[in-house]
Amino acid sequence: MSTAYASNLAQEKYQQELAKSPDRPQPPTTVSGVPIEPLYTPEHLAACGFDPDQDLGYPGQFPYTRGVHATMHRGRLWTMRQFAGFGTAAQTNQRFKFLLEKGQTGLSTAFDLPTLMGLDSDDPRSLGEVGRLGVAVSSLNDMERLYRDINLEDVSVSMTINAPAIIVMAYYLANAQDNGFDLRKLRGTIQNDILKEFHAQNEFVYPPEPSVKLVVDVIEFCAKHVPQWNPVSVSGYHIREAGSTAVQELAFTLADGFHYVEESLKRGMEVDEFAGRLSFFFNAHNDVFEEIAKYRAARVLWAERLRNDFGASKEASWKLRFHAQTAGCSLQDKQPYVNLIRVAYQAMAAVLGGCQSLHTNSMDETLALPSEFAVTLALRTQQVLAFETGVTNTVDPLGGSYFVESFTHKMKEEARRYFEQIEEIGGVIRGIENGFFRREIADASYAYQQDVDAKRKLIVGVNAFQEKEEKPLEILQIEEAVEKEQVASLRKIKTERSAADVERHLGAVKRAAEKNENLMPQLIEAARARVTVGEAVNALAEVYGRYTVGGTW
Amino acid sequence: MDGHDRGVKVVARGLRDAGFHVIYTGLWQTPEAVIRTVADEDADFLGISILSGAHLTIVPRLMELLKAQGLDNVGVFVGGIIPEADVPKLMAMGVVRVFGPGTSIQEAVDFLRPFAQSAVTQA
Repeated sequence: MSTAYASNLAQEKYQQELAKSPDRPQPPTTVSGVPIEPLYTPEHLAACGFDPDQDLGYPGQFPYTRGVHATMHRGRLWTMRQFAGFGTAAQTNQRFKFLLEKGQTGLSTAFDLPTLMGLDSDDPRSLGEVGRLGVAVSSLNDMERLYRDINLEDVSVSMTINAPAIIVMAYYLANAQDNGFDLRKLRGTIQNDILKEFHAQNEFVYPPEPSVKLVVDVIEFCAKHVPQWNPVSVSGYHIREAGSTAVQELAFTLADGFHYVEESLKRGMEVDEFAGRLSFFFNAHNDVFEEIAKYRAARVLWAERLRNDFGASKEASWKLRFHAQTAGCSLQDKQPYVNLIRVAYQAMAAVLGGCQSLHTNSMDETLALPSEFAVTLALRTQQVLAFETGVTNTVDPLGGSYFVESFTHKMKEEARRYFEQIEEIGGVIRGIENGFFRREIADASYAYQQDVDAKRKLIVGVNAFQEKEEKPLEILQIEEAVEKEQVASLRKIKTERSAADVERHLGAVKRAAEKNENLMPQLIEAARARVTVGEAVNALAEVYGRYTVGGTW
Repeated sequence: MDGHDRGVKVVARGLRDAGFHVIYTGLWQTPEAVIRTVADEDADFLGISILSGAHLTIVPRLMELLKAQGLDNVGVFVGGIIPEADVPKLMAMGVVRVFGPGTSIQEAVDFLRPFAQSAVTQA
C-alpha cells in the first residue's frame, strides 16, 4: 500500500539537493544517539505499517497513543507540581504554603538523604546531611509539622521516597487520620519504586525480593483503604538521570511496572483492583521529539500489556498516567540562566507528550537547592506554556506527523526488544542481581560523555559559546543550625515516649514481617507510638537482611 | 552519603581508558573505609564525588584521617556540585583540584597525567 511521495521528478530533485549539501559536522542524532533521517514522508509510515485507526485511535481510548483523556489539557491542565523540601519540617511547611499561594496545585515532598536511606537524623552516618537535600522526617512528629494547616483532602500530595516508603506512608496515614481526614478522600502519590533504585539511584536497604514485597504491601493496603492514592510511581526519571538512553528509560521503567503487577497478582489481588492506581514518572530531556515519542510509546505498551497479557478489563487499568520532570542532568553550571531556556523546551515536550503533572527544574539546581526567585520562574515557565503558547488548544497536535509516528513506532519496537532480553535473562530481579541494568546504563552514559568531549554533541556554554566572565547567581544557603535543631528535637521525642511501647511495636512489626503479613497496619500503630524511621528500618533489616552492590562501572 | 554515581563512574572509566589504575570503592562509604582503601592500594590520588552539598563536612574529615594515617602525600581532588565560594575553602584544606559540572574526561586525565599512575575514586 506504499504510495509514491510526490512525483518521481520532485523526489529526484530533492535527492540531488540533498547530495549537494552535506550535514553539519555534528551528526544528526538524538540526545540518546539515535540517528535521524533528513526527511520523513508517508513512505516511512507505510514502512512501519502505520494504521491511524489501530495505532492512534482517539484520545481517551485504547491504545491511548494520543492521551489518556478525551479532552486532555483542553479540558483540564496538568498539575503544576514543584518538588520542594529542605531543612526542618516546619521550614518545608512554610515553602509549601508559599507555593500554594503562588498558584501551585499540588505538593511534592523531597526528603533528605538520611531519611531516604532510612536513617534517623541523630544517626552518626547522617552527619552533615540532615535537612540538606530535602526535609528530615524521623518520626510522626516531623510528619505532623510538615503538613500542618494544609487540608489533605483538598491538595494532592506527592512524596518522593522509596526504601522506607512504607514507613513514611504509615506516618502520613496516621497523621491524616489523627487530623480527622478521611483516608478514602486522600489524593496523592508515594514514589515507592524500589526497582529503579537498584538500576540507578542506589537508595535501597534490603535485597530486591523483600524490597518488592514492601512495595506490594503499600499497593495492597491503598487498594483497600486509600483508593484515590497512587501507591507507586514507577520511575524512569532516575534511570535517565543516571545516563540511560530514552529507550532504556522507557523499557526498564515499563518492565519494572510489569513486575509490580505480577507480584501484586501473586498476592491474590485482581488486576483491576490496583492497576488503575499505578502511576509513572518520566524524564523530560532535551530532545523534544524523542521525548514525545517516548511518552506516546509508553502509553501504548502499557495498555497492550495490561489488556492483552494481564487481562485487565477496566479502562483505568490500561491508562498510563505520568508525571514528568525536566532533566536535572541537562542543566549546566556555566551560564546558569540558559537553563531556563532548556527547561522551557523540555517542559513543552512533556506537555505535548500528554503528561498529567509536571515539575520544571529551577535554573540554579546544579549549584544548590533552588532559591525562591528561581523556583518562581520555573513555575512561571509552566504557566506561560499553559496560558500563552497555545500548545494546549488541541489534543496531541503532533498526531499523524510522519516523523513523530515513525519515531513512536521505533520506540515501541526497541522497547519490546528490551522486554524480550529481560525475559531471556530471567526477569527484572535476575537482571538486577547480575548487573544487567547498571551495565546498560553505564555504557550509555559513558558513550554520551565521549560524544560531548569530542564535540559531537554541543552544549551551550560548556563546550561551545563559553563566556569569559560569568556573573554568579544568588543561591539558597541551608543554615547549619538545621541539623542541630532537628537532632535535638528527635532526642527529645525519644526521651518522652514510652520505651516499652516502642519495643512492643517493633516486636509486632518484626513478627508480621516473619509471617509475611502486610506490614502497614502494624506500622501505622508503631508510628503513633513514636517509633522512628531508623528503628523501623533496622527492625525489618533483622528479618530481611541488607543489600549491597559493588562498584559496577 | 549520596546516591549520584553517574559522574564518578564516567570519570573512573575515562581514567582507566587513559591507562590509569583506578579503584572505585562504590557508594555509601564512610570516610574511614575510603582511607583504608587508599592505604591498602597504596594510591597516589584520591578522587571524591559529592553532589549532596555535604563537602564542607566530609572533606575536612577525610583530610584529617589521611594526615592521621601518614598519608598526606596522597593528592585529593573533588568533583560534584561545589558552589564557587566553597572552592577556596576546600583548597585551603589541602585539596589539590575541584572539578565542577561540565568537566571533560580529558581535563581530569590532563590533570593527573603528570603526577600519577594510580588513583582511587569514591562517590
